[in-house]
Amino acid sequence: MSRSDATESRTERGRTLASLPPGSRAVVRGIRVRREFAHRLMELGLVPGTEVLLVRRAPLGDPFELLVRGAHFSIRRSEAERIHVDAL
Amino acid sequence: MSTRSERILIVGSPNSGKSSLFNRLTGLRQKVANYPGVTVERKVGACVLASGQRVEILDLPGTYSLTPRSPDEAIVRDTLEGRLDAGPRDLVVAVVDATNLERQLYLALQILATGRPALLVLNLMDAADAQGLSIDVLELERLVGVPVLPVSSRTGRGFDRLRAALDCGGTDRLPDDGIPLDPALGYQAVEAIVQRVTRRRARPDLFRARLDRVLTHRIVGPVIFLALMATVFQSIYAWATPAMDALAAGFHLLADAARGALPAGPIRSLVADGVIVGAGTVASFLPQLAILFFFIALLEDTGYMARAAFIMDRVMGGVGLPGRAFLPLLSSFACAIPGIMATRTIESRNDRFATILIAPLMACSARLPVYALLIGAFIPDRHFGFLSVRGITLLALYLFGILAALAVAWVAKRTLLRGPRTLYVMELPPYRMPSWRSVLLAIRSRCLLFLQQAGTVIVAVSIVLWFLASYPVAPPTSASTPGSALEHSFAGRLGHAIEPAIAPLGFDWKLGVGLISSIAARETMISTMATMDRMGGRPRYTPLVAVSLMVFFALAFQCMSTVAVVRRETNSWRWPIFMLVMMNGMAWAASLVVYQGGRMLGWG
Repeated sequence: MSRSDATESRTERGRTLASLPPGSRAVVRGIRVRREFAHRLMELGLVPGTEVLLVRRAPLGDPFELLVRGAHFSIRRSEAERIHVDAL
Repeated sequence: MSTRSERILIVGSPNSGKSSLFNRLTGLRQKVANYPGVTVERKVGACVLASGQRVEILDLPGTYSLTPRSPDEAIVRDTLEGRLDAGPRDLVVAVVDATNLERQLYLALQILATGRPALLVLNLMDAADAQGLSIDVLELERLVGVPVLPVSSRTGRGFDRLRAALDCGGTDRLPDDGIPLDPALGYQAVEAIVQRVTRRRARPDLFRARLDRVLTHRIVGPVIFLALMATVFQSIYAWATPAMDALAAGFHLLADAARGALPAGPIRSLVADGVIVGAGTVASFLPQLAILFFFIALLEDTGYMARAAFIMDRVMGGVGLPGRAFLPLLSSFACAIPGIMATRTIESRNDRFATILIAPLMACSARLPVYALLIGAFIPDRHFGFLSVRGITLLALYLFGILAALAVAWVAKRTLLRGPRTLYVMELPPYRMPSWRSVLLAIRSRCLLFLQQAGTVIVAVSIVLWFLASYPVAPPTSASTPGSALEHSFAGRLGHAIEPAIAPLGFDWKLGVGLISSIAARETMISTMATMDRMGGRPRYTPLVAVSLMVFFALAFQCMSTVAVVRRETNSWRWPIFMLVMMNGMAWAASLVVYQGGRMLGWG
């Protein structure tokens, strides 16, 4: 209980990936999506503590291009809104 | 070291250059088929090793994970775990992109952890060199515990050593000395390895950064995208025509030759009017297929396809489809067959089936001659300013098909194809020079697949249609025009039989015969109508009937070739039958509304 409280308060202070302007760097804190999605995102390298670069948004504002561990990939806003980060 | 392996399994993530490695090892000695029960491609080839021995080599679908999310990923896991299609002595070749070691090693270590005899191939070494990246291969070998082979599938560098290593069969590992399935711990292990083996880090890819800034620019990006799509569309719509005409002329000559060589009678008619016509129908799709798959392979190999999907994702997302559905749907305006075959680039099954479901609603090029004929004959040539009524009618028919498709997709994704929400993650790979070898092999395998699987059905249905239109033979006493022979045939009787069903749409039995004949190909309607015309008493239709008929054509699922391809791509008869019922039901209802509504308004 105390552990989840701690995560809560930390992410509360942080922001989500979706709120960052293009070109900004951040460190992943936690992913609040359903388990299997979270597992897949972590397999792509988005484990807590990883540095992420939000490269750009698509011309219509969604999806987002991320640079994680040397690889670029795109995720939709609906997921980016649930990835909690600390902006660098 | 282990004993010689019986088979080689190539495993890696989608952008590891796995397929070009496979192509380099097998050349033309490869075959594409489907795994039983699913629509995942199974690519097998034969590879000659350094010793001269030939072994079977299997290119498993690209995967990001051994915790599967899709049928193709499940196949990779099941094969590696020995539940599917694999023997214990199979040699696993784990392929990684050397320029992206950190990300790709994560999967590779999991693959190695399955405990099969294995090799690790560092692919794309030419790109790694160009970026100034340097990897300590010996240290990596020591850390992962299997032979590591740096190669470049594009230039062929390192392949002699790879073939020799394949001969030796790799190294057995213990299944439990791999990395844990928890990604956080897995990446910790990977980070440690990468740190120790990287002697010089890669320079940032400035070329990519510059090109992406243009190609995904807010305004320039979509403009370039539309221009490229227009080129693809134009080429399948127009550039394929000369080749298609040449093929048609060739099959015409062949039919004439058959008529000359065979004695008059049912056999001659069967060969010339049934078999050769069917084979000609099959062949007529090949130019469009080849051109479309040329572009798809090119766009995929260069890395642009992922950018196109990135740009279109928001637009297609509106009806619940991914960005990748755009190109198959655009292609379907030329012909639904290459379009449906192109849906293989869509990962999620539900998205792929939804795209297949609506592809035949795009106004294909076979509908155009029917539209043109009916518009020319029945729609008044009036102008409002620079707008002609005929032009607007044609445009309206195209838009009608698109709107119907969007509506069907929207409904299907909320009902039939609802399923769990999909995670849309897509890798945006670096830009690369395409490998012409891979592009040509992709075209070849697509065309062969079509010939084998759909071709047979199309020829068979052509023979059935020939039979329906030729038998029973009209008695010689009656005035023997082609039209009266057709009326006397089963097709003619079928036309009469369905007349009660189509009369509310304004269609008489002659149009019924035309609709039956359009099963072979929609444009056949025109020649059938011409034959019926020659019966004397040219059928007179009102413009309202013509509009009703065009609306019917816009929605109806008539083309047997498409039915055959849907059957093949969905691997069951359920989907093509469902589409036949749904689309023809929609067509009937829409025509009914148009015709009866028009009559009520006094336009009949």
